[in-house]
Amino acid sequence: MGIQPELRLQMYETMLRIRRFEEETAALFAAGDLPGFVHLSIGQEAVPTGICAALDPADTITATHRGHGHILAKGADMGRMMAELMGKRTGYCAGKGGSMHISSLDLGVLGANGILGAGQPIAVGAALSARLLGEERISVTFFGEGASAQGGVHEAMNLAAVWKLPVVFVAEINGWAELSPYSDHVSVPSLVDRAAGYGIDAASVDGTDVEAVLDGAREAVERCRSGEGPVLLEARTQRWHGHFEGDRQLYRPEGEVAALPELYDPLVLQSDRLLELGIASEAELDAIERRVAEEVAEAVLFGRNSPESAPEDALLHVYSTDGRGGAA
Amino acid sequence: MKYYAAIREALRCELERDPRVFFMGEDVGKPGGIYAQSRGLQEEFGVERVRDTPAGELGFMGAAVGAALTGARPVVEISFADFIPVCLDQLVNQAAKIRYMSGGQARVPLTVVTFGGAGRNAGPQHSGSYEALLGSIPGLRVVMPSTPYDVQGFLKAAIRDDDPTIVILNKALLGLADDSEAGVEPIPFGEAAVRREGEDVTIVAWSAMVHTALEAADRLAAEDGVSAEVIDLRSIQPLDGETIGASARKTGRVVTVQETVSFAGIGAEVAAEVSRRAFGWLDAPVQIVGPPFTPVPFSKLMEEFVLPDAGSIVRAVREIL
Repeated sequence: MGIQPELRLQMYETMLRIRRFEEETAALFAAGDLPGFVHLSIGQEAVPTGICAALDPADTITATHRGHGHILAKGADMGRMMAELMGKRTGYCAGKGGSMHISSLDLGVLGANGILGAGQPIAVGAALSARLLGEERISVTFFGEGASAQGGVHEAMNLAAVWKLPVVFVAEINGWAELSPYSDHVSVPSLVDRAAGYGIDAASVDGTDVEAVLDGAREAVERCRSGEGPVLLEARTQRWHGHFEGDRQLYRPEGEVAALPELYDPLVLQSDRLLELGIASEAELDAIERRVAEEVAEAVLFGRNSPESAPEDALLHVYSTDGRGGAA
Repeated sequence: MKYYAAIREALRCELERDPRVFFMGEDVGKPGGIYAQSRGLQEEFGVERVRDTPAGELGFMGAAVGAALTGARPVVEISFADFIPVCLDQLVNQAAKIRYMSGGQARVPLTVVTFGGAGRNAGPQHSGSYEALLGSIPGLRVVMPSTPYDVQGFLKAAIRDDDPTIVILNKALLGLADDSEAGVEPIPFGEAAVRREGEDVTIVAWSAMVHTALEAADRLAAEDGVSAEVIDLRSIQPLDGETIGASARKTGRVVTVQETVSFAGIGAEVAAEVSRRAFGWLDAPVQIVGPPFTPVPFSKLMEEFVLPDAGSIVRAVREIL
């Protein structure tokens, strides 16, 4: 199946939205305007963008601690995300989650997760309920090489395989697990090598190329929708920033980080393609750039102007009922 | 009805009542459960709704959390309470926190059924209860039924409730019978039951220790002419401080008894409630009866040595009379 020009352009815009959101987040964090800590996905924009472009609105995802891109690609509002990063009442989680725990049940975002390898069993459950309730949706779960060492990921793949559930396991391999390299965490060249052990289908795609990701995602999604069971899709990508903002990445070989934008920029790859194929002109790309810049500026403004959560709101949302047949 | 049959009765009732409910765990489907607690349910409701899982508590507990988040109402059996630590992340960091972290968007209508308790020579890794650990996690509810009636009522309440609830059953009570029949109504969480009224001392217990406490109360009446009130907490989280406080104000003396070690245990919470609500009425300090600070040993002699029995409760009461 070919990729429609509109979608090619739209994916470029989605990647740009993620990039500019993350850059703004980095700037705000550096200026001391964001509490806590943040994990940015700059350089990895093609993965969530290509995956989510293959999904229906009802499909669910679980995101990682580096999850802003996943959530934006699933359709999140930038303003409410920024408000959540600022701990404001208007944020997706009313300021209770922060960067690492953004969820939007309405968008099918079951949550970013601060625990490596926790989202994968949850994603299996989302697929299980779809089958039980007779709903058509499939379940997608993002994780990295760090989480791949977690038992929960293994159990999730085994469960999904044994129960033949529609789960796409997206291994977003950026070369690093926190502060140490892939080879410290994984003994095989590719996570695809593990799939045979579960009896599931697997493929690896270039995670810098959004269209390669989309192709791989479409195939995986199609397989899931037709009831053939789970798929493992590995997307090899690059992490430009540190594990968290403030991590200077002194553990990486000298010059490696500086060279990444030149070698692996998913935005440049896609914009070059759009120009070359005549799908967009420089002027049109500039217009997208301006539109996204405006969206980011508005998101920051929305966040800044949003009311703080009341301290006593900390007492809300522990339970949804009173345990006696009534609401909490 | 017997305790184990009450489990089956509640499950059957809820599976019939709500198509979103499903039950899963190790060997609960075709084998019907190691205690026959789900025998026949898979035949009646099918493999999708009464599901055997691979061993791997972390994975299937997580799957239950995900299913609960997306419209289903899972009931998960963890065959021994000691396996709860295997899937603790999914309970502590996921099930318990998801609603909170989502700012109230999410609901996690998850029921966990597990078998705790000692006294069956099951050894250190199959004899624990963990109610203090689980009861200290905001977002979870913990109940520990001591009778078949309560098993039915609490299981139904847990399954119909929209929040994660852990129902800790007791292996030693599986064969216990009472006069309950099918059709017990859901029991609200947070209400203790006065199992025996008395004037001189309050004995607070839960799960299997309720029966030990009742035995001790009989002995105290026969041997000492002491009238003991026995309170069955039933619900650990939330805890019914009001009933505890009222009884303490009446009797002026409180003894708590538990199967798990007393350090950072529920008995300490009971003592705190008594102190808060009945300090001026007390005639003696609260006594906490529990095993020494050890795991539960395998050997029958050693297990009997560490577990409280009626004799240890009677001795504790005599100390403060």
